Amino acid sequence: MSLSLTAGMVPGPRKDPAVAAALGRRRKRADRIIRSLCVAATLVALGFLASILFTLTIRGFEAMSPRVFTHITAAPGSEGGLLNAIVGSIIQAALGTAIGTPVGMLVGTYLAEYARGSKFGNLVRFVSDILLSAPSILIGLFVYQILVLPFGGFSGWAGVAALAIIVIPVVVRTTEDMLNLIPNTLREAVIGLGAPKWKMIVLICWRSAMSGIITGILLAVARVAGETAPLLFTSLGNNAWSIDLTKPMASLPIAIYSFAGSPFEDWIALAWAGALLITLGVLGLNVLARAVLSGRK
Amino acid sequence: MRRGGSLGDTIFEWACRGAGVFVLLLLGAIIVELFIAGLPAFQAFGLGFLISTDWDPVQEVFGAGVSVYGTVVTAVLAIVLAVPLAFGVAFYLTELAPAWLRRPVGTAVELLAAVPSIIYGMWGFFVIAPAFAANLQPWIIDNIGELPLIGIFFQGAPFGTGIFMAAFILAIMILPFIAATMRDVFEQVPPVYKESAYGLGATTWEVMKGVVIPYTRSSVVGGIMLGLGRALGETMAVTFVIGNANRISASLFGPGNTIASLVALEFGESETGSLKLASLLALGFILFVLSFVVLAASRYMLRSRLKA
Repeated sequence: MSLSLTAGMVPGPRKDPAVAAALGRRRKRADRIIRSLCVAATLVALGFLASILFTLTIRGFEAMSPRVFTHITAAPGSEGGLLNAIVGSIIQAALGTAIGTPVGMLVGTYLAEYARGSKFGNLVRFVSDILLSAPSILIGLFVYQILVLPFGGFSGWAGVAALAIIVIPVVVRTTEDMLNLIPNTLREAVIGLGAPKWKMIVLICWRSAMSGIITGILLAVARVAGETAPLLFTSLGNNAWSIDLTKPMASLPIAIYSFAGSPFEDWIALAWAGALLITLGVLGLNVLARAVLSGRK
Repeated sequence: MRRGGSLGDTIFEWACRGAGVFVLLLLGAIIVELFIAGLPAFQAFGLGFLISTDWDPVQEVFGAGVSVYGTVVTAVLAIVLAVPLAFGVAFYLTELAPAWLRRPVGTAVELLAAVPSIIYGMWGFFVIAPAFAANLQPWIIDNIGELPLIGIFFQGAPFGTGIFMAAFILAIMILPFIAATMRDVFEQVPPVYKESAYGLGATTWEVMKGVVIPYTRSSVVGGIMLGLGRALGETMAVTFVIGNANRISASLFGPGNTIASLVALEFGESETGSLKLASLLALGFILFVLSFVVLAASRYMLRSRLKA
């Protein structure tokens, strides 16, 4: 039987050079088309970023003047700036980060050094990741319920608390990731020298992971500096000069939000100036964070 | 006591564990607080609150129907728009781009994720929506809007803003998250697998389709779910461009609202203790449950990647 097999009876495609060449051309063409589409998709994505930066630069610099930094927000038509909003944003972002960072670092340390693979650790990691991606407006509603309602009104502290809650999961994530990169031999060496575990963590692990942890903190600052939704119901915004954290406090995103939605030309211009400032700050922090991390390698 | 560090050890371990417990309590407290605060609305309107499309502050009748519809439709449409783009970017970054371009292009795409929500809102409202209304939208309404079946989704006046514009801006915002996840998991495919396929004569696209995607399928879906979770709760950008009207229109060009945009807009006008405030907080609770389910599913799909 097997002797009578001929080329024509072999299952599968026939060895016809013309058919094979056509198939090869079709496959190559499909490949070329998909590859071009992918390049196009990347160009589109970069185009969006370019368009955002271009718009901000044009409209932001048009409205930029020393007045933006020296005057506080004022009624439309009068000479106003964004000083109170800038200062309020810096205070709230700084305090929020200062409060959220230690908690986040401790949680990250717990996950990496004490709870690797444990059920409770997995639960904490899961919850922290949910918090990381949870809608920030809900954090605002929550803080409204626990800090604004019972304590008689909107306050800078409430804004700080909302931002701190947003900072925590960002710092948890980077701290754990960075501690996980540290080789166990280093830990064993330190313990072998007779050091207690907490000294091993604080003096050796944290120090080796320092640039990564700083990256996380910078990213957290960048994240909260641009947050608007959680401040709407907490620090509310304030058109007067105030650095009293027990009173409503101005912030750049809130000022941008209320000015951009107004019908007044000069307010909209100020909103663009604020938008440029905040984007430069946030993107600058992101680039800086990357530089800190890659400088280590 | 074996050595002097043992007290320090105890304190430090409990500080770390305590912080972990604190994070758990935090999430629990958010859920419980939102539920308790929204309870009056659930009591007043029952389960009908979820589907009722009324939102009448004068009559004090409130329902979540329109904003839940807007939230889900914008988020799903954003995914439909963002996934092909994100896949293209991830494919380009892992397989096509020359090595020297990968880092800068990757960083630029990640910076898209860092741009604050409110900036997207302003950009969408002042730049993209007018450009869309002036150039593309009238053509779509005149041509696609006339087609049977799908035409109904593309009718109406060319205002620029609306459900579609909100979904479009959301798509750009979640694109970097999906692209970054896809890129990370594509990079984890063992090179040997890809090389074997190349050795058999496969083209780059065939390697992607036949080796990389099957190998990473569940993580890719996880990345898409992560994007969906983000899109559900986006507030400021959506508030600027969705048109903010409490009605469900068949056309995607019509105005609408989402849970987040409705809460952001109406919260300030609500009196403490009013039924309206309770309804807004109840909406917050619904949004929380929605995002929690989607994000938890995303984490489940991504678990193999997290273990690595």
